[in-house]
Amino acid sequence: MSLTSDPPIDPPAGTPDGPPAPKAADPGTDYGELTVVPARHPWRWVAVAVTAVLVAQFINGLVTNPGWEWDVFAQFFSAPVILKAVWLTLQLTFYGTVLGFALGIVLAFMRLSASPFLRTVAYGYIWAFRSIPLIVQLLFWFNLAYLYKELQFGIPFGPGFFTFDTMNLVGAVSAAVLGLALHQAAYAAEIVRGGVLAVGGGQLEAASALGIPRLRQLRRIVLPQAMRSILPNAANEIISLFKGTSIVSVMAIGELFYQVQVVYGRSGRVVPLLMVATAWYILLTTALSIVQYYVERHYAKGAVR
Amino acid sequence: MSAPSDAMVEIRSVHKSFGSLEVLRGIDLSVRPGEVTVILGPSGSGKSTLLRTINHLEKVDQGWISVDGTLVGYRRDGDKLYELREREVLRQRTKIGFVFQNFNLFPHLTVLENIIEAPVSALRRPRKEAVATAEKLLERVGLADRAAAYPGQLSGGQQQRVAIARALALEPRLLLFDEPTSALDPELVGEVLDVIKDLAHGGTTMIVVTHEIGFAREVADTVVFMDEGRIVEQGPPADLLDRPAQERTRAFLSKVL
Repeated sequence: MSLTSDPPIDPPAGTPDGPPAPKAADPGTDYGELTVVPARHPWRWVAVAVTAVLVAQFINGLVTNPGWEWDVFAQFFSAPVILKAVWLTLQLTFYGTVLGFALGIVLAFMRLSASPFLRTVAYGYIWAFRSIPLIVQLLFWFNLAYLYKELQFGIPFGPGFFTFDTMNLVGAVSAAVLGLALHQAAYAAEIVRGGVLAVGGGQLEAASALGIPRLRQLRRIVLPQAMRSILPNAANEIISLFKGTSIVSVMAIGELFYQVQVVYGRSGRVVPLLMVATAWYILLTTALSIVQYYVERHYAKGAVR
Repeated sequence: MSAPSDAMVEIRSVHKSFGSLEVLRGIDLSVRPGEVTVILGPSGSGKSTLLRTINHLEKVDQGWISVDGTLVGYRRDGDKLYELREREVLRQRTKIGFVFQNFNLFPHLTVLENIIEAPVSALRRPRKEAVATAEKLLERVGLADRAAAYPGQLSGGQQQRVAIARALALEPRLLLFDEPTSALDPELVGEVLDVIKDLAHGGTTMIVVTHEIGFAREVADTVVFMDEGRIVEQGPPADLLDRPAQERTRAFLSKVL
């Protein structure tokens, strides 16, 4: 087994691509008949040995150190309270991603639009939401009722028609989704814009020369091609959002990280419960990475590479 | 401004600048229906820009262009010209086919999907009908068996033939070719020119920007020679190519022939 792929074997000496044949050789030698000895890489084997020892030590530690408390881990890994928290974490990720990217796509095309007004609005939004720390934003939405006790729909500065109690309208979970989605949208917008810019200008020109309606140009011609460069970055964002949902624990929402803290606060078993959370994050991130692979393959249609 | 005549394309005193660079310095040209006009000229002479103004890929700064009796990019009301909205410009373009130097096929769509995209989305043709038309067009350009291929799987010449079929799918009244063979390997030029010649003999009005003098001689009804944003001279190929009146034309031809 080799750790890296071997470099291509140099063309034999004397061929047009290879180094000039050594002068000492007989003029009549046919190098094609000689055996080729691949280059040796002894240091690779040293590296393999060192790494193997380190990994063995780590695994040994996991198994033999009683501090990991694997029995506690097993007990809580699939406990209903944890499963419920995992589900909430997934929901936060899902809504944060879907709403965030939906708004992000709109913002991206606004930034690319010919209208200075739309460009400025989108730029202002992205500037604001990239500048404000997510945790500050979340706490702000969570405490919205402190600033505005009621929300009213009506004529600006005039009479109102509907009035809502802010406390009832924006619960903790919806405040969290709102905060995550608005934050995500700013980043998603830039990722989508980057992808759109990577599509050659000739594509839009051809589409408009054919008279294809503007929205259809974006949806059918530009976005599918942009997806190739959007996807790796978008997957990064989704995975980072998935783990970033743990920040929502400051709002006392029962997602995975908060719930684990609650349990170890009661039982004092900090390490195994952190491992429960870690194992779930690893498991689900792996699942997302697998999905990413298939989605990327789908959008590679027609690519020659 | 005089009323658009019975010409298929009428170009009147068109000026166009990119920043401080004046690319078109007053172009006047008429193309009669069914005629093939070939535009020759050194690079930077403005011939591609002129072609692009005809379907409003470039806006003109001065002057006007009409295609089939309709002003391009503007609507006349009394003594004012109103700039058309993008949607209206797109509708005008469905009547003008454009073939690019670099093909610009949509790489993520199959050959068939490339051809039916505009008829289905811009002209709202039923998909079935569009597919039937596309298959006929593919046969016409000799690629009936490549309908399911992606552009990346085709040679340059095949891609350009698909691009021609894609332009024809809208049944345009005018076809514009912007150096259709310049990006091709020399041995693939012939197959594309054959398709264009076939269309020319079929009576399609077309304007072709090219460096293929042989093609101009064989197919063109009128050859136009441009230099530095102006039309230096124009006439039947036999006159312009063999007995150019202008010294500039003679100098250019002596280099490319």
